[in-house]
Amino acid sequence: MASLAKSSHVASALSIVDILTVLYFHYLRIRSTDPLWIKRDRFILSKGHASSALYATLALAGFFPKSYLEQYYCDNGILPGHVDFTSVPGLEASAGSLGHGLSIGIGMALASKMDKQDNRVVVLMGDGELNEGSVWEGILFAPHHRLDNLTVIIDYNKWQACGRTNEILNLEPLLNKFISFNWDVETIDGHCFQEITQALEKPRSKPRVIIANTTKGKGVSFMEDDLVWHYRSPNEEELNQAMKELL
Amino acid sequence: MRDSFVKSLIEIARIDSRVVVLTPDLGYSVLDDFQTKYPDRFINVGIAEANAVSIASGLALSGKIIYIYSIIPFITMRPFEQIRLDIAYMNTNVRLVGVGAGVTYGQAGPTHHAIEDIAIMRSLPNMTVFCPGDPWEVEQGILQSLDHKGPIYFRLGKRGEPRIARESLDFSFGKASKIRSGHHVSIITTSNTLDLAQLISQDLLLSNISVDLTNMHTIKPLDTGYLLTLIKRNIPIYIIEEHSIIGGLSSAIAEFVLELPSHPAIRRFALKDEYIKSVGSQNYIREQQGMTRKNIVGQILSDINKESASL
Repeated sequence: MASLAKSSHVASALSIVDILTVLYFHYLRIRSTDPLWIKRDRFILSKGHASSALYATLALAGFFPKSYLEQYYCDNGILPGHVDFTSVPGLEASAGSLGHGLSIGIGMALASKMDKQDNRVVVLMGDGELNEGSVWEGILFAPHHRLDNLTVIIDYNKWQACGRTNEILNLEPLLNKFISFNWDVETIDGHCFQEITQALEKPRSKPRVIIANTTKGKGVSFMEDDLVWHYRSPNEEELNQAMKELL
Repeated sequence: MRDSFVKSLIEIARIDSRVVVLTPDLGYSVLDDFQTKYPDRFINVGIAEANAVSIASGLALSGKIIYIYSIIPFITMRPFEQIRLDIAYMNTNVRLVGVGAGVTYGQAGPTHHAIEDIAIMRSLPNMTVFCPGDPWEVEQGILQSLDHKGPIYFRLGKRGEPRIARESLDFSFGKASKIRSGHHVSIITTSNTLDLAQLISQDLLLSNISVDLTNMHTIKPLDTGYLLTLIKRNIPIYIIEEHSIIGGLSSAIAEFVLELPSHPAIRRFALKDEYIKSVGSQNYIREQQGMTRKNIVGQILSDINKESASL
């Protein structure tokens, strides 16, 4: 997709593939044949620039034909670079400007509580996204309203647009920040299916944040932990090499 | 207008369980009745407008109809990007209800003045911009908003704006409201200057000038069919609005008129393109800005006299 489209953010997408895999093929109660099923869980990709990973996951999960993936980020395409929730079935919210997804997810979690339903809401955010002020309004709000049906996963690959997160605007001590804001916290290896699953499923009485330590560009040796792949897309030779490593 | 809003809100909450009210910690005592009647459908989000708007979007995406209440600058400008993306782009059923149109909060100063709100809200695709002129239009707007698909911005006054007697009790979003018919000049107003325009019309009648008065309560979508009929009558048009001269009702009308082959003379009465630093009440600031009954009547009479002199 990324190679064909000559789009960017391929490394941001690879960072979350393992998390999406657990969510869509194990955790989320969803129906690809009935995408608006009223009892479904909601997933929001707040870091909307990693859309290619989500589109690929949704296609594999049967929400739309895999051929759509060739219509990504191109003229007369189907799938825009940043998520537009009206583009294909299975998307719950549009995204692309950072820091919106958490509060939208909070609204969905609140609605479920108001209606005395048990829909669960999962919001996947980037680490750089935590720079946005409105995110902290949401972090303050969710425990106050006891939204134990809300899970936030932080894709902590330690990179943001112009450099290392600890050099641009340090997030540490991140875990303690969430603890002091009264969240239930888990820290995991964001590429380990077992750890992701356990962190999602453990019982809780508060909103949960899962700090997932991840590697930007995971799975492709020459992309891993290198900011240049926030912007570049692979040429044909690089694509062949990457596919060899991933498969 | 504010009291009619709360009463109507309680009424629609009674008939539709999807109605939810949010406030970013404003409306002390104003929203009490709603909160008492529907505590499970009222959330004070805290002083966090961006969060409030996105939460509203999430609630709406789950089937609720959300009314967010605050003072205009804080609900339209502080969280503008959240409005743009989570409300307008996603076309959610969120109603942004701002109180304090124009310089309603005169003495409070420019932080609380609402003079750019119409301009920015009407630039958003999908957004309906509704500026009721009296309590009746507030009630109608709130009632009809239940069945409206997509976002609406409500621009409310605050002081006890009077009910205005009108020719027609037809109401729908996007349809101009004819207050009275006349044949010498036409006045188009919106929002909290409707009662001022009504008084001006009465004054002009004493000078034997018959005024055709319209309240353009919906600025977007603009009732261009109505405007076209009005323009074809070829009588002078006066536009009165308590908003910046840039981007409000008069700009919306000017954009439409621009593509017509011809139009009658148009004069605008609006606030200057400046932050108003003179301290004082709404009436005091209107005086400072030339937005008074006396000044506007004088200007219209002077135009008419010049016109007759040139014939």
